[in-house]
Amino acid sequence: MNKHVVVIGGGVAGMEAAGQLRKTGFEVSLFEKEEKPGGHLNKWYKLFPDRRPSSEVKEYLDNITSGEGIKIITGKTIEKIVQNKNQFHISDKEGSEYTADAVIVATGFDLFKSARKEEYGYGIYDNVITSADLEEMFRKGSITLVNGRTPETIGIVHCVGSRDEKMGNLYCSKLCCVTAVKQAIEIREHLPSAKVFCFYMDMRMGGAYYEELYREAQEEWGVNFIRGKVSEVSESINNRLVIKSEDTLAGKPLKMLVDMLVLMAGMEMSEEGLKLGDSSGLKRGDNRFFSPADHHFGSNKSNLKGIYYAGTCTMPMNITETISHARAAVMDVIEYLKES
Amino acid sequence: MQFDPFVIPFNIGLYFILIYAVVRSVIWFNDLSRPDKLRLQRGFFGKTFGQSIKEIFLESLIHRKILKSNPRLGYMHMSLAFGWFLLILFGTIEADVFGAHHLNAPYKSIFFKFFNPEHGRAGFEAAYSFLMDLILAFILSGLLLAVIKRFSSKVVGMKKTTKLRVLDKVALTSLWLIFPSRLLAESFTSGAYGTGSFLTGSLGSVLASFLPAQEMAYPFWWLYSLSLGTFFILLPLTRYMHIPTELFLIFARNSGIKTGDQPGAFREIQIYSCSSCGICIDACQLNFSAGITNIQSAYLMKGIRNNENVSDIAFNCLMCGRCDQKCPVGIELTPLRMLSRRAGETVESEQTILKKYFPDRKSVLPARPAADPSYTFLKQYEPAKTDVIYFAGCMTHLTPAIKNSMVAILEASGVRYNFLDEMGGVCCGRPLMLAGQDREARELINHNSQLIWKSGAHTLVTSCPICYKVFKESYYLDVEVLHHSQFIKNMIEDGSLKLNFLRRKVTYHAPCELGRGSGVYDEPKDVLRYVARLQETGFEDKNSLCCGGSLGNIKISSRQKSMIAHDVAAELTKDNPDILATSCPLCKKTLAAATTTKVADISEIVADAIIKPAIKKKLTEPAGKVKMQADFQN
Ligand code: SF4
Ligand code: SF4
Ligand code: SF4
Repeated sequence: MNKHVVVIGGGVAGMEAAGQLRKTGFEVSLFEKEEKPGGHLNKWYKLFPDRRPSSEVKEYLDNITSGEGIKIITGKTIEKIVQNKNQFHISDKEGSEYTADAVIVATGFDLFKSARKEEYGYGIYDNVITSADLEEMFRKGSITLVNGRTPETIGIVHCVGSRDEKMGNLYCSKLCCVTAVKQAIEIREHLPSAKVFCFYMDMRMGGAYYEELYREAQEEWGVNFIRGKVSEVSESINNRLVIKSEDTLAGKPLKMLVDMLVLMAGMEMSEEGLKLGDSSGLKRGDNRFFSPADHHFGSNKSNLKGIYYAGTCTMPMNITETISHARAAVMDVIEYLKES
Repeated sequence: MQFDPFVIPFNIGLYFILIYAVVRSVIWFNDLSRPDKLRLQRGFFGKTFGQSIKEIFLESLIHRKILKSNPRLGYMHMSLAFGWFLLILFGTIEADVFGAHHLNAPYKSIFFKFFNPEHGRAGFEAAYSFLMDLILAFILSGLLLAVIKRFSSKVVGMKKTTKLRVLDKVALTSLWLIFPSRLLAESFTSGAYGTGSFLTGSLGSVLASFLPAQEMAYPFWWLYSLSLGTFFILLPLTRYMHIPTELFLIFARNSGIKTGDQPGAFREIQIYSCSSCGICIDACQLNFSAGITNIQSAYLMKGIRNNENVSDIAFNCLMCGRCDQKCPVGIELTPLRMLSRRAGETVESEQTILKKYFPDRKSVLPARPAADPSYTFLKQYEPAKTDVIYFAGCMTHLTPAIKNSMVAILEASGVRYNFLDEMGGVCCGRPLMLAGQDREARELINHNSQLIWKSGAHTLVTSCPICYKVFKESYYLDVEVLHHSQFIKNMIEDGSLKLNFLRRKVTYHAPCELGRGSGVYDEPKDVLRYVARLQETGFEDKNSLCCGGSLGNIKISSRQKSMIAHDVAAELTKDNPDILATSCPLCKKTLAAATTTKVADISEIVADAIIKPAIKKKLTEPAGKVKMQADFQN
């Protein structure tokens, strides 16, 4: 009889893992809480650093997960995993139970809820949006203010909900700097006359071709990068946004008027992951992500044998890293099922 | 004349402590400022005298407040203090009534049994002996608790962080010996003469059955006298100094003397009045939420008494004032801590015995050298005339939802208002004050005061309790200063603000600075009751918690602050309210990060409930929406 593996989470990591498991000959069930798989990919327009459309990656993932051997079950949120000898009993929110011989947890990340950072005015001022909202605008092909007008000056705030002790997140989300650079360029592409200002603490361009993109943004697109944290945002009488910040390179306080402000929301452990982990006894770190058994050579292993992690439920990762991590999780599953 | 050499140690001790108490009181009195001296004189010879006597009886003897918050600890304190008091009182009466003379020297009543061994055989005398035995038994039961407490750390109270110093040990031992040695001395004497009641009598006859009672009694009378004498002499060096000091404190407090912002005699009196009961430790959230167990007020008082460097303790505190409310002695702990903060780093100094009896009096802080004004760059503005001034403050600028709600409320109330921030207003000055920079703070206060005065406003509304407190206490303004909760309540009551009832369950978190800090407990809750269903939390008013976000503590980590915030949020949302309401921008921010329940300032809830008028009423011209004069820079 074929072994049955359950993958929890149908984002990039879950889909990649499911596809690779099927190749090895296992029966796979892929659970996704939304109505269709794809995760955050569904909301994104283009990907950094090469700005290829996210739909291409989605297409690849759809291909490897369609057909015989993979059951994709959508609209189901898994809440608990219980081990009974070599069997795993998995139950969803409605109380249905499924069994599996091994489990891959790929519950992914949530974007930081920017309204928690009230001083930036998300949800209070109309034209304060998040990076995800901006992608949505790119997809629609129009960047407009709430009153329908086209913004002339746009501010981008880095590190929203990341590297922020008060928000309880000490870590760097790793992808928002390059996302900001990518989005700044895209804004300039869409609105050639717009001015774009990025407010950053550090530019973390540690990925293949990130630094090149950063240089391009400055040299070719005239994006302004200001080193300083935004302290507060208010609204002026004519509905523009007043940003208070500091230019730490120039060493002076700064007040600026913009039409639109884009918040680079960081990555946080997903709520579903938190619930699932806590009810199933999976260990988490201080940053609330799942903590792998070993950060060097066991980054897919959980504290429970037979349950493995894939992707951003363990830490912020880009798509390339997520796909590699998912494949590595499959290796662990193969080894585990061979032993048992 | 009845006399025996064994009474000498007691006599020396007693006269020493009496003289010492007088001398120390005179020193304290001399150190009081002139107005405080007058206050105390008036208080002592005035009508507060009765009140002080009553308080001394209830608190120093009965220990009513400790009894309430911790019955076991209270009983321990009561049996020792009240019991001893009764023993002295009835002992004196006994000596007076049954002794050879009237008006005896104190030692005759203390050692009554020794001088009147035949006393207590029958009738009234026996009944009286019974009473005296009863009192002794009462004290001994409390002593037993005290001994158990010292040897088992489980029983509440202060942790034994530092080893007892030698002198403390000797004093403690002598205190503990007093009553057991009295018991044994009286028992042996009773055994020898066949007198004594249920306690001394029975124990006496048992002991006499196998021991030479007559010979055994005498050494114990010596022991009794020695332990009393030793205790009295060492008392000023130990924490038991709180017993006489508290009497002085009660008179001073009832006369209206306050800690103020300069160190002085009243500070010293309060520091010596702490009984180390440990109740402040149990009240402190740093203790029960963040696991910090060595900075509470009891340790601060102890550290100052021992001349240690207490700056680490002084700065590691939320300044929430919870311990002030709980301290059974009523010490003004937060103001005292503020004084220690102003003093900065203190040096630990070695003390001689003499210095311990008469500690250095640190009644004056070194004056800071005069300097040029720091804020001359502030521009002068000519504000427009208005009725109500709204001061948002820096914290409210970080919570724009509150500011927007206040604009909506001010608009709906139809008052003529303006924003102080828009008129050139600056920081309220409190942060500088907390940092001990009073002169600089004064400059800001003067700047704001001028603007307010020029605007002709009659009311000043603030959203931030921190600003509220400073406007209320440190500005000399001819305007009514209101926290927005008070302003909203007024507007509702005079009919200017019409509100819907929102079908929401809310709980209320009382901010430290507004509640314990400024005494505003009711208005926010009244406002909430107008618009929603207010649930009790079990942490009402004086017992409210600190959100943990306090600006007062710069020593603890964000993680520890968030531990406190999570505990508080969990407590306040345990009945699943729809909204956790508060009335401070800082509390709002702190709690919002710690719970998934919606956290909102009362102004936001009220703004939600405003009934939009069909036709905009034009009673008075509103001064207009928020205008931002922002410079464009890039
Ligand atoms: S990647 Fe950049 S924007 Fe994101 S958290 Fe790190 S430093 Fe901040
Ligand atoms: S400060 Fe007050 S509550 Fe704390 S130990 Fe001293 S007397 Fe008790
Ligand atoms: S003021 Fe608050 S934080 Fe400070 S010692 Fe007292 S209870 Fe603890």
